[in-house]
Amino acid sequence: MSNAWESFYDWFDAILDFMPELPVGDWIEAFVEWLQNAAWLFMAIRGTVAFVTDVFNGFFSLIPPILFILILTAVGYLLVRKTGKFGLPILIFFGLLFIESIGYWDDLILTLSLVLTATLISIIIGIPVGIWMGRNDMVRNIVTPILDFMQTMPAFVYLIPAVAFFSIGIVPGVIASVIFAVPPTVRLTNLGIRQVPAELIEASDAFGSTPGQKLFKVQLPMAKVTIMAGVNQTIMLALSMVVIAAMIGTDGIGRQVYYAVGRNDLAMGFEAGISLVILAIILDRLTQALNPDKRAS
Amino acid sequence: MAKIEVRNLSKIFGRRPKPALEMLKEKKSKDEILKETGLTVGVNRATFDVNEAEVFVIMGLSGSGKSTLVRLLNRLIDPTEGQIQIDGDDLAKMNDEQLREVRRKKMSMVFQKFGLFPFRTILQNVEYGLEVQAISKEERHQKAMEALKLVGLEGYEEQYPDQLSGGMQQRVGLARALANDPTVLLMDEAFSALDPLIRKDMQDELLDLQAKMQKTIIFITHDLDEALRIGDRIMIMKDGAVVQIGTPEDILMHPADDYVSRFVEDVDRSKVYTAEHIMTRPETVNIDKDGTRVALQRMRDADISSVYCVNRSRQLQGIVHAADIAEAVKRDERDIVPYVQKDVPTCSLDTPMHDLFNLTSTSSVPIAVVGEDNKLEGIVIRSKILSALSGKEVNEIE
Ligand SMILES: Nc1ncnc2c1ncn2[C@@H]1O[C@H](COP(=O)(O)OP(=O)(O)OP(=O)(O)O)[C@@H](O)[C@H]1O
Ligand SMILES: [Mg+2]
Repeated sequence: MSNAWESFYDWFDAILDFMPELPVGDWIEAFVEWLQNAAWLFMAIRGTVAFVTDVFNGFFSLIPPILFILILTAVGYLLVRKTGKFGLPILIFFGLLFIESIGYWDDLILTLSLVLTATLISIIIGIPVGIWMGRNDMVRNIVTPILDFMQTMPAFVYLIPAVAFFSIGIVPGVIASVIFAVPPTVRLTNLGIRQVPAELIEASDAFGSTPGQKLFKVQLPMAKVTIMAGVNQTIMLALSMVVIAAMIGTDGIGRQVYYAVGRNDLAMGFEAGISLVILAIILDRLTQALNPDKRAS
Repeated sequence: MAKIEVRNLSKIFGRRPKPALEMLKEKKSKDEILKETGLTVGVNRATFDVNEAEVFVIMGLSGSGKSTLVRLLNRLIDPTEGQIQIDGDDLAKMNDEQLREVRRKKMSMVFQKFGLFPFRTILQNVEYGLEVQAISKEERHQKAMEALKLVGLEGYEEQYPDQLSGGMQQRVGLARALANDPTVLLMDEAFSALDPLIRKDMQDELLDLQAKMQKTIIFITHDLDEALRIGDRIMIMKDGAVVQIGTPEDILMHPADDYVSRFVEDVDRSKVYTAEHIMTRPETVNIDKDGTRVALQRMRDADISSVYCVNRSRQLQGIVHAADIAEAVKRDERDIVPYVQKDVPTCSLDTPMHDLFNLTSTSSVPIAVVGEDNKLEGIVIRSKILSALSGKEVNEIE
């Protein structure tokens, strides 16, 4: 018996000896280098991302903080008016007021703009890919492992290629956020499309729908709640990544956290940290409140 | 020419179905084919015609291929082999565009679990088939409202499906199918999910509509009673193959084989049995000779709270209640006649059990079965109906 095991180990060792150490790192480096040939493409992406972020940021900066706070509070109130959960507008009002009072308003606006930009791009990429996956088994079989890979990778690994292609600053931060945040939207769009009851698909086919009509009149409306849950997760992931991206020079509240850690400044760290938590909760509750079951009224 | 002609239509589920088709030709059974090839026979060389404006019912046990067959008719499932002609056009040869035209203009489907879109209002649901044809909003609206009116659902346009009862939801399903004004209606167990009473209403309603509209209806059901009620012709399927096609009488009188006769045996007992089958011998008092004490004693002995009264020639006179008689005995009155109540529930020997059921449910006393000359033949008690319905012994009638 033990003999058999030993010979197995020997054999296994032999295989290991034979296997060369794969230069995965080299390959990826080579690939990344090759990609840099497409410099014009990266320029274009860079320009677009920077432009969208600037639009958001510029627009938000135009609004005086107190007006901004009142508007958002009103939006929160309108969203929860029917359900009677008035915690949301109260949280928005006092939370934002707090952030403004400790002097992080500009950082908040920027972080919000980065998150919105990353989310927007994630939706533009994620929903079509999710739809494609939902309608085609082969696409699903290819995309699922890619998503698994994207989600198990530690978040800051994405900072490296982002810097390689887009140097430092806001743009690589947004790009890294998109890579990190897009999987939930893709996954839940796919799930939502696949969860549509077979009888509804049959009904839409039986009445002579084209594939496009089936998608827009039946599948997407049925999947809407699930897709929105994915978008909600995407927003939260984008926020967390935008903070990490401070490491590559992305501005915003994350930058303050990063400084505080570097200087071992506990007070500043907590102020910035609490601001982030407030922003996170507001974004989470707002998107959830945006996604009620319309029929339940 | 028939409205729909189906020739040699087969559907095999699974990859590479050719060997299974060969085996079908060698008359191998569905089970053998599954065992040898792993392929499932959905429909096995079905051949039949459906005539214009008839209600064609397809019956069979679960798994006999009814749903598969009806989905082959509008190609929600593509056939493995065979032809389907609708008004002379071969459906199997159509491209996507032509197929959509047929689905939009000629055939509509009603689903077992209704298949309504939960996020659309009733009106929007009914409009769906018109909306995909890019028909103008006004026309859509007008046609949908007409269809809703046909099924008696005016006033519910702005509700959502989950606000309606099952019966109403299926009316919406029917209205949606009718809104396109198709010539063919496919109904896959359309009423199976409904309560028995509502189901019967819907059957009546379908027959009313059919009298007005003269559609060609292909109706699938598990239930022989339903098939007999609404079918002009019935087709019985087994393991994907057609076993028998005929009028309801044909099927009942000349079942093609054991499988069909087993279906027929299951005809609803409540329609076959009558009062005569389930009545019991009543306790009675004879008003021409018995007095209050005898009547009270009889009720005590039999442990009943009322007893039917007859005269010397067993003609029904009415009923007396124990409470009244006990009072009379206390007051030492002998004559029973003043206490007889004449208003009693009655039926005749050939009243169907079905109607008895309704009678007993509204009456606190047993039902008197009266024969010729107002003679009391027996009484029907509720528990006996229930046991007969569940298949227990009934009276032999010569
Ligand atoms: N998509 C499918 N893939 C594989 N086999 C299927 C598929 N659909 C149906 N079948 C098989 O085809 C046979 C016929 O099924 P079908 O649903 O047509 O029966 P049915 O008569 O409608 O039964 P029920 O009364 O239960 O609705 C069954 O053996 C079933 O398992
Ligand atoms: Mg079925």
